[in-house]
Amino acid sequence: MSWDDAVASSIVNEYKHLAGATLPILHALQENFGYVDKRAVPLIADALNMSKAEIFGAITFYHDFRHEPAGQTVVKLCRAEACQSMGCESLVEHLKNAHGVEINATTEDGRLTVETVYCLGNCALGPAALINGELVGRVDEDLLDAVCKGQSHDRMAG
Amino acid sequence: MSTSIKIYVPRDAAALSVGANRVATAIASEAKKRGQQVEIIRNGSRGMLWLEPLVEVETAKGRVAFGPVTPKDVASLFEANFLTAGAHPLNLGLTEEIPFFKNQERLTFARVGVIDPLSVDDYIAHGGFAGLKKAVTMTGAAIVQEVADSGLRGRGGAGFPTGIKWKTVLGAEADQKYIVCNADEGDSGTFADRMLMEGDPYTLIEGMAIAGVAVGATKGFIYLRSEYPHAYQTLLEAIRTARAARWLGPAIGGSSYAFDLEVRLGAGAYICGEETSLLESLEGKRAIVRAKPPLPALKGLFGKPTIVNNVMSLATIPWIMANGAKAYADFGMGRSRGTLPIQLAGNIKQGGLIEKAFGVSLREIIETYGGGTHSGRSFRAVQVGGPLGAYFPESLLDTPMDYEAMAAKKGLLGHGGMVIFDDTVDLAQQARFAFEFCAKESCGKCTPCRIGATRGVETMDKVIAGDTSKLALIDDLCHLMTDASLCAMGGLTPVPVMSAMTHFPDDFNRAPKRMTPENLAAE
Ligand SMILES: Cc1cc2nc3c(=O)[nH]c(=O)nc-3n(C[C@H](O)[C@H](O)[C@H](O)COP(=O)(O)O)c2cc1C
Ligand code: SF4
Ligand code: FES
Ligand code: FES
Repeated sequence: MSWDDAVASSIVNEYKHLAGATLPILHALQENFGYVDKRAVPLIADALNMSKAEIFGAITFYHDFRHEPAGQTVVKLCRAEACQSMGCESLVEHLKNAHGVEINATTEDGRLTVETVYCLGNCALGPAALINGELVGRVDEDLLDAVCKGQSHDRMAG
Repeated sequence: MSTSIKIYVPRDAAALSVGANRVATAIASEAKKRGQQVEIIRNGSRGMLWLEPLVEVETAKGRVAFGPVTPKDVASLFEANFLTAGAHPLNLGLTEEIPFFKNQERLTFARVGVIDPLSVDDYIAHGGFAGLKKAVTMTGAAIVQEVADSGLRGRGGAGFPTGIKWKTVLGAEADQKYIVCNADEGDSGTFADRMLMEGDPYTLIEGMAIAGVAVGATKGFIYLRSEYPHAYQTLLEAIRTARAARWLGPAIGGSSYAFDLEVRLGAGAYICGEETSLLESLEGKRAIVRAKPPLPALKGLFGKPTIVNNVMSLATIPWIMANGAKAYADFGMGRSRGTLPIQLAGNIKQGGLIEKAFGVSLREIIETYGGGTHSGRSFRAVQVGGPLGAYFPESLLDTPMDYEAMAAKKGLLGHGGMVIFDDTVDLAQQARFAFEFCAKESCGKCTPCRIGATRGVETMDKVIAGDTSKLALIDDLCHLMTDASLCAMGGLTPVPVMSAMTHFPDDFNRAPKRMTPENLAAE
C-alpha cells in the first residue's frame, strides 16, 4: 500500500512502548509499505523522544531499510564467499546480460528488485537467494530466467 | 490394521530451499490417495545438507533415511514400500549409521533433527530442561563455577571463557541485568546458529534461562539477523509455547525464578554481530561500535550489566548443566574444550553441520566428511572462520581445529565455518572482496577501518590490473588496520588479505594473463 501518515502513526504507536523501539518500528513500517518514507522520521522522533537526526541516522545506517518502494518481486541474492565459490557472480552477470537487470535496483516496469545480501545461512547449498521471502538453494540461470520473466518454476512454491 | 507411521520431513530453511515443503505436501497427498495413515513431523535438519530434503521413516530398527527426495520421487517411494524401509535407490539405510552422522560427537546438536522442534513434550522426552531443573537448585556462584569448569569458550568467534564473563556479571550490583543472545550469525559459511534455532529452539531458551538464574537477570533478548525469516517464526512460536508451558515467565519450571525473552530483528548490518554494536542496535540507535571499557558485562544493554553470548555458547549450557562440567571438558584438545559445531560450506560435495570435539583436522573435515569439491575440480583454498578468517592452502590442511593451533598459523576458528573453493578461485579477487566487505560493513567510527578498507579496494584493483609494485602498499595498509582499528572488523580484515597474499602469491602476480583456460591448465 502507498504511504499514509495516519497508518504510519498507528504503526509507530503500536510499537513505541518497546525498549529500544526504533528497529521494530522501522521493520513494521517497511513490512507494511515496502519501504520507509522520509515522512516517517518526524513521526518516530516524536514518539520516541529522539532527535530527527538520530532517526534519520538509524534508517540510513541499516542496509535493510529501503527509501523507496521495491518491485513486486524482490530477490535478495547472496554474494558472500560461500556463494561466490559456487558462482554467484556469474549469476549477477547473467541477470545483466540476459535480462538487463541491474543489481541493487528496481526494473523500470517496477516488477523486479534484485538486492545484494551477504549470507542467508544456506552456504552448503549455494548459490542462495531469498525470493519474496522464500529461501532457494542451488540458484541457477534457469531459475533466474523464470523469475525475470515473471514465470513460475518447479523449484519455487509460489 | 494400519497404525499411523511417523515420517520426518525437515522444516529447516536449508531443506526448504531445496523443496522440503513440496515433498511434505506430496507425501501427504500420496498417502491419502493410498489410504495410508501417516503422521508427518516437521523436524530440524540432521545436517547432511547435500541429502536434503532428507525424509526419514520410523521403523522398529530405528529411523531410515531417504534422500535427496523430490516431489517426483514420492509415488515411487510408496511403490517401493518406503514406509517399511523398502529397497529404493534413495534408501540410505538407518540415518544414524550414515558415516557423516555416525562419526560426530553431537552434544549441542544432540536433539537437532531428532525431535519436533516446537513440541515442549518432545523436548522434555529427550532430556530437555534437565539442566534448568538442576540450575534452580544451585547458587548462582555454583552455576558459574560449573560453566567455568567445563572450559566453554565463546563460540561467536573470540573464544573468550564463558565462565569468566558470567562471573563478572554475577558480581555486578544492579537493579536490572540482561541476557543477550547474539544470533546475528553474519559470517559467510556459517549456519549452526540458524540450524539450532530452527531445529531445537528450546535448548537456546533453556540456556538463556540458566544464564538468567545464574547471574540474577530476569530479561533476555535474542538479537536475530533479518536474513533468517524462518528462524524468526520458529523462535516466536517457541517462546510463545515455552511461556504457555511456564518455562518462561514469573516462575520458570515451577521455581522461584522469573525469566522472559524477546526476539529482536537486526537489519542487514554485519557489524551488528560485534557485541557493543549489537547493544547500540538493540537500544534503537545506529550501530556504532562502543569503546571498551566499560565491558558490556558491567555496562551493557541500557547501561546495565549484560551477558552477551553467541547462540552456540548459550545452547551448550543445558548439556553442561545436565551432564556435568567434567563430561564436557573431557572432549577437545589443549585449551579448546568440548565440541565445535563445524559448518562445511561453499564448493563442497557433502556440505553440512558436523559437530566434533576440538582437534579434528581441516583435512579430515574436507576430505572424509566433505568428499571433495562440488564441481569435481581440485581443491584450492579453504576460508576458515568467516569473512575475517584466513584462506588456507592444501599444505595447511593438517592444522587441527583448535583456537591456538589456528592462531599459530595466522588464522582463526571464528564461528567454525569452512568455505571451500576449487581451482577456479582467484585469491587476489578474494583479497579485494575482503576489503570491499569491510568498506561496506564498517560502522565508520575509526579511520583505519573506514578509509583503509576503501584504499584497500582501490589498491587491489591496481594490483589486479598488473601493478604489482602496489603490493607493498597493501602490506602497509594491513599493518595499519591491524594495529589501529577499534574493533575486529577493521582489525581482522587483514587476515584474509594477508593469508591470500602469503599462501597464493601467484594470484597477485599474473596480470594481464589471468584466469585464461591455458593458465589454469598450466598450473
Ligand atoms: C565484526 C564482528 C562481527 C561479529 N559477529 C558476530 C556474530 O555474528 N555472532 C556472534 O555470536 N558473535 C559475533 N562477533 C563476536 C561478538 O563481538 C562477541 O564476541 C560475542 O557475541 C560474544 O559471545 P561469545 O563469548 O559467546 O562468543 C563479532 C565480532 C566482530 C568484531
Ligand atoms: S574497526 Fe571498523 S567496524 Fe570496528 S569500530 Fe572501527 S570503523 Fe567501526
Ligand atoms: S554465503 Fe551465501 S548463503 Fe551463506
Ligand atoms: S576510533 Fe578513531 S581511529 Fe579508531
